Amino acid sequence: MAGKLKWVTDIEKSVLINNFEKRGWVQVTESEDWNFYWMSVQTIRNCFSVENGFRLSDDQLVNHFPNHYELTRKDLMVKNIKRYRKEQEKEGSPLAEKDENGKYLYLDFVPVTFMLPADYNLFVEEFRKNPSSTWIMKPCGKAQGKGIFLINKLSQIKKWSRDSKTSSFVSQSSKEAYVISLYIDNPLLIGGKKFDLRLYVLVTTYRPLKCYMYKLGFCRFCTVKYTPSTNELDNMFVHLTNVAIQKHGDDYNHVHGGKWTVSNLRLYLESTRGQEVTDKLFDEIHWIIVQSLKAVAPVMNNDKHCFECYGYDIIIDDKLKPWLIEVNASPSLTSSTANDRILKYNLINDTLNIVVPNGETPDCKMNKHPPREVLGHYEILYDEEAAQADGAERDLKCRVGQPAGVKGSRTRDSGRPVITTWK
Amino acid sequence: MQQGEEDELSVTIAHIVRKLKGSSLHSQLEKEARASLHNTDIKLETLKEDIKEFFKTSGWEKKLQNAVYRELSVLPAPCHPLAPVEHIKEPLTYMRKAQASWEKRVIKSLNSMCTELNIQLARKRPLNEQKELLNKWNEMGTDEPDLSLFRPVYAPKDFLEVLINLRNPNYDIGDQGNYKSHLGLIQVPLKIKDIPELRDFFQELSLNTGQLGVDDSTQVPPELFENEHLSLGKKVLAGHDSAAAQQFVRQGCPTSLRADLWALILNISNQPEDMLYYEQLKSNVIQHDLLSDSLIYKDVKLTASNDDYYFVFEDYLYQVLLCFSRDTSVLAHFSYSSASPPKSYIRGKLGLEEFAVFYPPNGVIPFHGFSMYVAPLCFLYHEPSKLYQVFREMYVRYFFRLHSISSHVSGILSLCLMFETLLQTHLPQLFYHLREIGAQPLRISFKWMVRAFSGYLATDQLLLLWDRILGYDSLEILAVLAAAVFAFRAVNLMEVTSLAAAEAVLADISTLKVMPLLQIFLFAVVP
Repeated sequence: MAGKLKWVTDIEKSVLINNFEKRGWVQVTESEDWNFYWMSVQTIRNCFSVENGFRLSDDQLVNHFPNHYELTRKDLMVKNIKRYRKEQEKEGSPLAEKDENGKYLYLDFVPVTFMLPADYNLFVEEFRKNPSSTWIMKPCGKAQGKGIFLINKLSQIKKWSRDSKTSSFVSQSSKEAYVISLYIDNPLLIGGKKFDLRLYVLVTTYRPLKCYMYKLGFCRFCTVKYTPSTNELDNMFVHLTNVAIQKHGDDYNHVHGGKWTVSNLRLYLESTRGQEVTDKLFDEIHWIIVQSLKAVAPVMNNDKHCFECYGYDIIIDDKLKPWLIEVNASPSLTSSTANDRILKYNLINDTLNIVVPNGETPDCKMNKHPPREVLGHYEILYDEEAAQADGAERDLKCRVGQPAGVKGSRTRDSGRPVITTWK
Repeated sequence: MQQGEEDELSVTIAHIVRKLKGSSLHSQLEKEARASLHNTDIKLETLKEDIKEFFKTSGWEKKLQNAVYRELSVLPAPCHPLAPVEHIKEPLTYMRKAQASWEKRVIKSLNSMCTELNIQLARKRPLNEQKELLNKWNEMGTDEPDLSLFRPVYAPKDFLEVLINLRNPNYDIGDQGNYKSHLGLIQVPLKIKDIPELRDFFQELSLNTGQLGVDDSTQVPPELFENEHLSLGKKVLAGHDSAAAQQFVRQGCPTSLRADLWALILNISNQPEDMLYYEQLKSNVIQHDLLSDSLIYKDVKLTASNDDYYFVFEDYLYQVLLCFSRDTSVLAHFSYSSASPPKSYIRGKLGLEEFAVFYPPNGVIPFHGFSMYVAPLCFLYHEPSKLYQVFREMYVRYFFRLHSISSHVSGILSLCLMFETLLQTHLPQLFYHLREIGAQPLRISFKWMVRAFSGYLATDQLLLLWDRILGYDSLEILAVLAAAVFAFRAVNLMEVTSLAAAEAVLADISTLKVMPLLQIFLFAVVP
């Protein structure tokens, strides 16, 4: 079976295995020679750890970057973005421009966030400025909405810190660290319901940065009506849109799973709010994704054997401003509905077409410029090399001085190139 | 002008004047006139000209024009002035009889459900219940009343059986048909358009006219046309002219202008008094509980709540449909509909006309799938009162024709006949094949047409289709599209050997692009 790509996975999901088998690839075990390993984040940690890290050879490819957590752990992502903003400011970049209130004009896209317990004092200071605000507590290293709760009084956080001190869970290791973020309490509601956006982004290299946006993202709706009143704080279903959480709600519908396509969102917004603001919103979403990737690019171990497909979670507020909530390294490949299964199958299919051209044994030295025909539902979001080639400087200025409502990246199936105003 | 035409015109004018006199527009105008009485510049000799001028400059001219246009759009076909009222509803006696007996069946089914479940048609809600409903007005979807015992009063397929069995007693087709005889399920003779007439009627859809919803037109680069059409659309909106808007949308609405253009065509302005009216309907819902509410709940739960596109709007659907059932202004459409509102009697006074009330108050009994008439509109209007008014107007102009028996060109019967005739004439092989294997095409397409394709097409495509319903003020496009879908899937359909297999081929039409299908069917095929 020489020449056939040999694959391993530690995630037994049919959307993966069907895609591998369709290509005629051969399954092997971890201890044999392999070319392609689709692994969980736990495995990647061992794979690249100092003690048992193995050197990957040129014909091996894995689906995570070694230190992806710089982007996908909530605390580190915020830390990196804060650092990136400071760097831009120091360099006098137009990106770091601020408004009269000292808010970044172009880099204010993550809700105000602090690490706990480290930044406790900073948090208290911020909280006192606006005592009626609601904050959301999230454990740094957990996913799928686990361990999340809301607070709107300082006493609640004091109680939490007391409780955690007395429990065994107190250790100072970063795994138990929390982030506390200002809760977006004016989310855009559709049909009276709160939702968030799940978008898929593929990165094939960080330096230079090359990333792709998947056109078939979706909105996840809360099954319970959104009321900002605080006595509802205990009802997690109102506030969290994670399917993993919503599935426990009584109203969970197994036909559509509370999911709406991004094209529905666009149709709704264009119809009810107009085209200009809708284009601007989607343009800004693309912008914040690229900025978040640029923020982590310098610290990322840009291993040439790696690519990664991220799940971006974004919330849109009622002024149509998008907020980056978090980035997931292992977006769920579990399918909740029939449409979901098709979507995820296609996502993997299109991802493989880009990272493993022609389904042949990978060669990580080859160039990473897949032809347009293989992109499937992906479109190029940012290509640093190309952007530099046509004068990135000019383009950045173009973005900053952009008049409101310039027609942005209106993406279409017709294969027209994406014109993104800020690129 | 001929004497007869002149008479007809004056009857029409009198009719419209009578309608407008009772409208709020009339009282506004009166108020405006009274206020101007104190104006000292009034000169009797130029009064008429001055008023005309004032109308022009103040925007009243457009308002009146649009109001007249609205009345014209629901004006019944010209009738002899001495013809009785029921002839205006439906000129053919056998159709009237069929509609009446269908209504009897529907009411009987409703009544028997009442008796079976031992519930009243209507009751006043106790105060605490009113309060509770008011509190959860915006989240009625979270309420899960046990509706397992309720069933839709009827489904489209029950209605289809009635249409299939309909015959004109004065028209004997005889035993042996000839090559011209109609081999479809609908066996009543009605005047319907053939392809040349359809081409003439839908001339703006032709292959060399710019069209929204077509990506690869060879005549005009799509992007160029889109931009031009968008800026023209903005001008049309600024002109406040219903007729111009109606002409404009024949080539499709730009997404960002659709909500306003449709409202303009339908003459919906959502004035404070309209919002107040909506609030009144809401309080009527709060005060009284109707059996038909459970039918609405059940229908939304069975249809929109499970729909990939519309589940988000579940709560809006309850609000709109419950208010609709209380809206007595909907009764006005029965003057030009073959249907009549069902009557119910105050307890103990059965049959006494003075104790009769219409039930439900709007006279419309919802059937399985009814909520799908509202669902696509939720993509356009996020304000409930505006959503409501647009839906109500769409209903009294178009949708009522899709579930009543009449000879009207936009009536469901004519649509069915047109669909079958188009297939039999232009795709005879396919038609005979499906007929032979017991898969009469109408058995598949009927549900599409009854719901005006809502819930079957992707929403963007559906809205492009409804653009043309409004633009041509006609539902005939539904029959053309249904035939075009069969034409598009003809190769696969020729291979099937059973109704189930044919249904499977056409089970998912949500990926179809409406405009290319219509254009190819109407204009690209040599008749």
